[in-house]
Amino acid sequence: MDLKLMTYLVVGATFVLYMFIAYRARAGTTGEFYVAGKGVHPVLNGMATGADWMSAASFISMAGLIAFKGYDASVFLMGWTGGYCLLAMLLAPYLRKYGKFTVPEFIGDRYYSNTARVVAVICLIVASLTYVIGQMKGVGVAFSRFLELPYEVGLGVGMVIVFIYAVLGGMKGVTYTQIAQYCVLIFAYTVPAVFISLQLTDNPLPQLGLGAQLNDGSGMFLLEKLDKTLVDLGFTQYTTQNGSTLNIFLYTLTLMIGTAGLPHVITRFFTVPKVKDARSSVGWSLVFIAILYTTAPGVGAMARLNLMETIRPTMTSQDGQQQAGEWLKYEERPQWFKNWEKTGLLKHEDKNGDGKIQYVGPNYVGLENEMVTVDRDIMVLANPEIAKLPNWVIALVAAGGIAAALSTAAGLLLAISSSISHDLLKGIVAKNMSDKNELMAGRIAMAGAIAVAGYFGLHPPGFAAQVVALAFGLAASSIFPALMMGVFVKRVNNIGAVCGMLSGLGITMVYIFWFKGWFFVADTAMAANTPENWFLGISPEAFGAVGALVNFAIAYLVSRITPPPPEHIQNLIEDIRVPGVIQR
Amino acid sequence: MSSDSQEYWKANIRLVMGCLAVWFIVSYGCGILFAPALNSIHILGGYPLGFWFAQQGSIYSFVILVFFYAWRMNQLDRKFGVQED
Repeated sequence: MDLKLMTYLVVGATFVLYMFIAYRARAGTTGEFYVAGKGVHPVLNGMATGADWMSAASFISMAGLIAFKGYDASVFLMGWTGGYCLLAMLLAPYLRKYGKFTVPEFIGDRYYSNTARVVAVICLIVASLTYVIGQMKGVGVAFSRFLELPYEVGLGVGMVIVFIYAVLGGMKGVTYTQIAQYCVLIFAYTVPAVFISLQLTDNPLPQLGLGAQLNDGSGMFLLEKLDKTLVDLGFTQYTTQNGSTLNIFLYTLTLMIGTAGLPHVITRFFTVPKVKDARSSVGWSLVFIAILYTTAPGVGAMARLNLMETIRPTMTSQDGQQQAGEWLKYEERPQWFKNWEKTGLLKHEDKNGDGKIQYVGPNYVGLENEMVTVDRDIMVLANPEIAKLPNWVIALVAAGGIAAALSTAAGLLLAISSSISHDLLKGIVAKNMSDKNELMAGRIAMAGAIAVAGYFGLHPPGFAAQVVALAFGLAASSIFPALMMGVFVKRVNNIGAVCGMLSGLGITMVYIFWFKGWFFVADTAMAANTPENWFLGISPEAFGAVGALVNFAIAYLVSRITPPPPEHIQNLIEDIRVPGVIQR
Repeated sequence: MSSDSQEYWKANIRLVMGCLAVWFIVSYGCGILFAPALNSIHILGGYPLGFWFAQQGSIYSFVILVFFYAWRMNQLDRKFGVQED
């Protein structure tokens, strides 16, 4: 069967599955729409969180980032998993005990302040919208690459699918489709990885294959070979650090705190029945996420080695010595190379006119690099083709990428629409709204959010790639500290929390805009975005952790010199600190 | 707050501090600050140890930590009689 038909069948089958689940899991009450009636099993919620969390970026881009950055890409691996420790120990069980519907609602109640609630809503909407644009783009790209449909059509199909199950089912529909999407995406990610690990090392687990010996008879370890090949060709070594230690440290911290502070992830733990389920459910989420995150380093390293070996294969001479062979002739390039050249993501220029492809790094003396474009994103998508895997595996990767993008988009859109209908409308504007009207408002807000996300997907702002840094910076510097102090520091009051959130947010945004331009208008940057200009060598992406520290410090100091929270708030804090009911 | 739930909260804070210390050591310690030194040791075949912590070991440790925390907290809930229902 040809690849295109196969891909239509596999992707089509997953869509039918999502629609069926959406129909079965319709939401009838606001409780079901916002938190799935608090009846989701902790293991299933873990799967749903896995799909919610792992976006098109995790599925498509991360292994490519690792392939080209080596050790330095560890910030994403540690940052995007370590945040779940903070979530499990500092936030999830307490917010579940509190037992309401949204993250801004907790901030508004705990700090007895509508200002705090509105600040939280704004942070949530900006962080989630910037994130969702990337997902919509991912859906469009997956469709156009694999199904050869125009980008706009792919985007439209994605919007309709999300519309049906998110508007109908709210959190309940989203939860059960996310569980199905997790299964699709993890299967699609691990199957090619196992094949490739077997091909290179005879070990089926990429987690072990990455540390294993190559089966080419050289007796070299995979990482040893990769380090040697890269250094010989003038690239930096794969397994050692290249960036500054302080920056790697703070970047990891920013991603961890940001992860724990992203509202669409936190809300997932409002859906389990009990406090103790919230604790274990974070663990299950991390298990399901770790399956992909520990596979990704293997995929990255193996894909990089395959790429290097395709362009310049290692030869074994007659006396058994390994040595670098001839560069690949352009005329003899493999089919996948031609496929990706068409997309512009892979580009060769024959600079010395010898008809061969020279692929070398910046430290190589004597040759110019002729691989002018090697897009990171092709690493996961082209991997099955590079490794000559069967068509059904390639079709599966397409369905997996789409599942990853759709599931994250739905979670984000739900967070946006609940904060509009529940926090802004019901909470502040129309307090007497009936449950039925609020449910309708939630559905309309969801439809509106999908339309806005679709618009930005069609007309991606030039800064789309840069704003992801903003999403984590915002969550790290504003939302996480407010939530954590809300539980752990009784003395923090309304004024302190608002001052803390605004100053943490302010300093982080100013720092990002300073180097990337005010509101990402490139010409307005105050200084070039290079390590020499950065404060202590801290990149804008890594600055959220500093913003969080500022938030903690300001909130604490301001609270010290202003009146303590009233007694009913102190009682509220004592209540959420224990799972059961306090007898007073 | 009754003295029991105060004791419960103190025990909880001690547990969280202990878990976060391990969390810090496996990631920021072994995976970043001491990674260059640890890279001279190889485990599981060809893994430099610092690199392994940064791309594999820290993630496994996080999973274990979260389940350990959940298990200990459930014990504390029962010990201090503050569990649900």
